[in-house]
Amino acid sequence: MNFRLSTIMLAATILGAMLAFNTESQQAQAEYADVVLNEYSEDAGMRPVVFPHWFHRIRYRCKVCHGDLGFQFKAGGNDINMVKIIDGQYCGACHDGDVAWSIENCELCHSGMPDTPTQVHHSTVSQLAGKLREASEAKEKEAEE
Amino acid sequence: MISLRARAMTIIGLLVSVLAVFVHAAVAQDNPNAFNRLMKPPSERNAPPESDGIHDPTADGTLMLQPPQESFAGLPKSRSGNYVNWSEAIENGQLAPRSDLHNPDAQAIVLDLNIIREVKGSMPDVVYPHKQHTQWLDCSNCHPAIFIPMKGANQISMASILMGEKCGVCHGKVAFPVSECRRCHSKPKPMDQP
Repeated sequence: MNFRLSTIMLAATILGAMLAFNTESQQAQAEYADVVLNEYSEDAGMRPVVFPHWFHRIRYRCKVCHGDLGFQFKAGGNDINMVKIIDGQYCGACHDGDVAWSIENCELCHSGMPDTPTQVHHSTVSQLAGKLREASEAKEKEAEE
Repeated sequence: MISLRARAMTIIGLLVSVLAVFVHAAVAQDNPNAFNRLMKPPSERNAPPESDGIHDPTADGTLMLQPPQESFAGLPKSRSGNYVNWSEAIENGQLAPRSDLHNPDAQAIVLDLNIIREVKGSMPDVVYPHKQHTQWLDCSNCHPAIFIPMKGANQISMASILMGEKCGVCHGKVAFPVSECRRCHSKPKPMDQP
């Protein structure tokens, strides 16, 4: 009985430790097309904004924002600020406490990791740019050595 | 009361597991021949906001956001992007995103017109379906700023798409990326072509 108990405890401890330390890497695993907006946020002392495309496209077709509301197809290309949002432009067209939750929920949008630049997360362009940057950094390092 | 042997076994277990953890960590980091070492394993897809790397886990709002897996569970799968086949989800009625800000019953104006683009290289020709695009977009989203609405008027190359122009305004950012070659290059060339 005791032997069985101890075997179970042994197995449980090993399994628990394996699970606890088999953590995922700390690389960004965010959703494809999550947009980080940090044109003004951190300069104004707020966290960057994370806009989840996936959540919004489930509820509205692209054309509603990228057409009716005038959002350009470019991250950081819309010059959005809180005054415009309060006046019902851009995000403020829905985030008015009627269609969607209102702007006093600052941290629901301003929830980005500090120091994250404006980007479309996981976009082909940013991946290519990242590879080019890595390559040029490697070359610079080589030149220094 | 736990016997001495049980206690001893537990201590041995702890030691073994600590050792296993070090070995595991070392192998995971240093094995140069790890399987698919550059690929994101399926377990890391659709991470919840608090561990996705771009949300600040210390922000109160982060924990209130919906984890994508909860939303995607029943939706048709795809091999890239969000790992969701969004067009199929609209086609089969699982998703019915609204077409108008104020009128929930407004219907999308769908144009069912395929454009065949003959491509120069060995790849199959491109079939561009207006249908799947107008289910999401208005004509004015693409015409005339991105594509001149005239046959033969638009030079498109994979290079420009990769740089985020033409199809690449959406494909590679929010719509399925260019790694899904066959979803566009889907019309085989005639066999007798030189």
